[in-house]
Amino acid sequence: MKRFLPILFVVVAMLAWSSLCLAEQAPIRIGGLFAVTGPPSFLGEPERNTAQMVIDEINAAGGVKGRKLQLIAYDTTGDPQKAVTAATRLIKEDKVVAIIGPSTTGETMAVIPVVEKEQIPLISCAAGSKITDPVKKWVFKTAQNDGLAVVKIFEYLNKKKISKVAILTVSDGFGSSGREQLKANAAKYGIQVVVDETYGPKDTDMTSQLTKIRGSDAQAIICWGTNPGPAVIARNHKQLGLKLPLFMSHGVSSKKFIELAGDAAEGIILPSGRVIVADVLPAGDKQKKSLMAYVKDYQKHFKAEGDHFGGHAWDAVMLLKGAIERGGDTPAAIRDQVEKTSNFAGIGGIFNFSPTEHAGLAKDAFVMVEIKNKDWVLVP
Amino acid sequence: MELGEQITQYLVSGFSTGAIYALIGIGFSIIYNATGIINFAQGEFVMFGGMLTVFLLNVLKLPLWAAIPVAVLVTTIVGLLFERLAIRPLRQPTPISLVIITIGGSILLRGIAMLVWGKDTHVVPAFSGEVPIPLGGATILPQHLWILGITLVMIAVNRWYFSHTISGKAMRACSYNRRAASLVGIDVRRMVLFSFVISAALGSLAGIIIAPLTMTAYDVGIMLGLKGFCAAIIGGMSSGLATVLGGLILGILESLGAGLVSSGYKDAIAFIILLLILFLRPQGIFRKAQTERV
Repeated sequence: MKRFLPILFVVVAMLAWSSLCLAEQAPIRIGGLFAVTGPPSFLGEPERNTAQMVIDEINAAGGVKGRKLQLIAYDTTGDPQKAVTAATRLIKEDKVVAIIGPSTTGETMAVIPVVEKEQIPLISCAAGSKITDPVKKWVFKTAQNDGLAVVKIFEYLNKKKISKVAILTVSDGFGSSGREQLKANAAKYGIQVVVDETYGPKDTDMTSQLTKIRGSDAQAIICWGTNPGPAVIARNHKQLGLKLPLFMSHGVSSKKFIELAGDAAEGIILPSGRVIVADVLPAGDKQKKSLMAYVKDYQKHFKAEGDHFGGHAWDAVMLLKGAIERGGDTPAAIRDQVEKTSNFAGIGGIFNFSPTEHAGLAKDAFVMVEIKNKDWVLVP
Repeated sequence: MELGEQITQYLVSGFSTGAIYALIGIGFSIIYNATGIINFAQGEFVMFGGMLTVFLLNVLKLPLWAAIPVAVLVTTIVGLLFERLAIRPLRQPTPISLVIITIGGSILLRGIAMLVWGKDTHVVPAFSGEVPIPLGGATILPQHLWILGITLVMIAVNRWYFSHTISGKAMRACSYNRRAASLVGIDVRRMVLFSFVISAALGSLAGIIIAPLTMTAYDVGIMLGLKGFCAAIIGGMSSGLATVLGGLILGILESLGAGLVSSGYKDAIAFIILLLILFLRPQGIFRKAQTERV
């Protein structure tokens, strides 16, 4: 036995040294599932860009508690099947401690059983309210619920004494979720949906639907979709000379919409996250600091305006950073700390999580904005 | 608003959308008549026209009058290369392998457009303003008049080409009987190349004139291509008036369907018509059934 002792000593010493090295160098791995290509790429691309940008900045500033973060991101192309495969790979092979994304509600719902089983915290960037309703132990989200945007529009309509509306929604996941929320919340606000029309995501002319609305007794039109459909509707609305006020969803709250709709965008009112109006927010606004920093950063790195889609990823990374700082870097510790996060002023709004609330935002996450002179103006 | 006025608007909207379908449909039928191929990359020619115009206008800062011919020219060259590189090398062309090649080609062209120009939607400025023109209770845009006008001119040019020029007549000869055409000295391969060139040019022109209304992106070709295909089928794959009527019928039915029934069924209406015609009158609704002479 005595003969082996020195060897054993050397082996133990080497092991200890190497594990010490690993502890110093191994970064904390965070998974990302973003639809960088495919139809929802307008979500996934800014999300991936933002997540990478924020993590690079955290690392440049010394990391979290001295350890660097590493983003391992896969492109899901908006396909739930691919999202599940990528999630499994992140957990089993890449050994991530938490996952950011996916970008769409459909993908998120598909991934939820995987993360619940493997007990890895997931911070989704999708908007569907069913993601966190009912609450799932390991699932959080940073995108504002559709329902909050609907409530914001209805409150505005109440203020303007408008009670009869026509709704025109796109026939995809975003539109049908919006349509459900619009119809479910209408009665509560004394609003009657008198026309309920849809259009296809690739349709190029919506004058028929608008003509039908013109023939009804609707006092306002609410359109729910993402580019380019709403821009076509705005143009058709102008072409037909409709006098009814036109409301849009937060799905078009980027400069791209104003560019596509041109003059027809003037006077359109929509609920939006605060990102696009960051510079005109009052100085006392709690989110202003985060917002301005994000918008400037994104502009610097990608020569494009940061939008609220990228903001969902910013919020997710910051939530994880805060959780790791306060707790540990194990999945369970991160989950517990994210759930305890309160009063966190991010891009999407002020987040307050609790064991019964995994979406974290209230309706004040939205502000009403109007398009005037090709720019956004806050509506009081 | 009166129902009568509403119906006027539906008809006007349908008419202008229908003209777009017709223009795309003619591209399908020209290639079909010369080669017997349904070119599923036709929609991508339409997309290329629009996207190239955006690129020339915004990046190279060309004025609109210069951007349009350049975009048509470049798309025509793409059509030419497509025929040379993908269709001609085929040793034993069978209709099914040719159709699969055009589908593959469409995916390739779409992919190239996505990589080069990105995934955003773009808009082309209207040719002559955006002030709506009232028309008996309905309204249309000046751009609609451009579309109608250019469609009419294109039909006239087509008609003249196919019935009064040597190469147009030769192309028709190929469509009746390739073997006989080559026996009388017509270079069938050249005619096939011509047909791709012409329909690429037509498709890109369609893509350019509709871009101010419908906007354009790398993936607009799929739906526009399908609708154009529908129009061509209704017209019995003729490269003349029948396809134009097919496009107009499709546009008007879609618009009336969306307005009077429900907008949810708009695309369903188009495809139900397509299926009904394929089942009941595969020769198109304007053409008499062909009889074989023995």
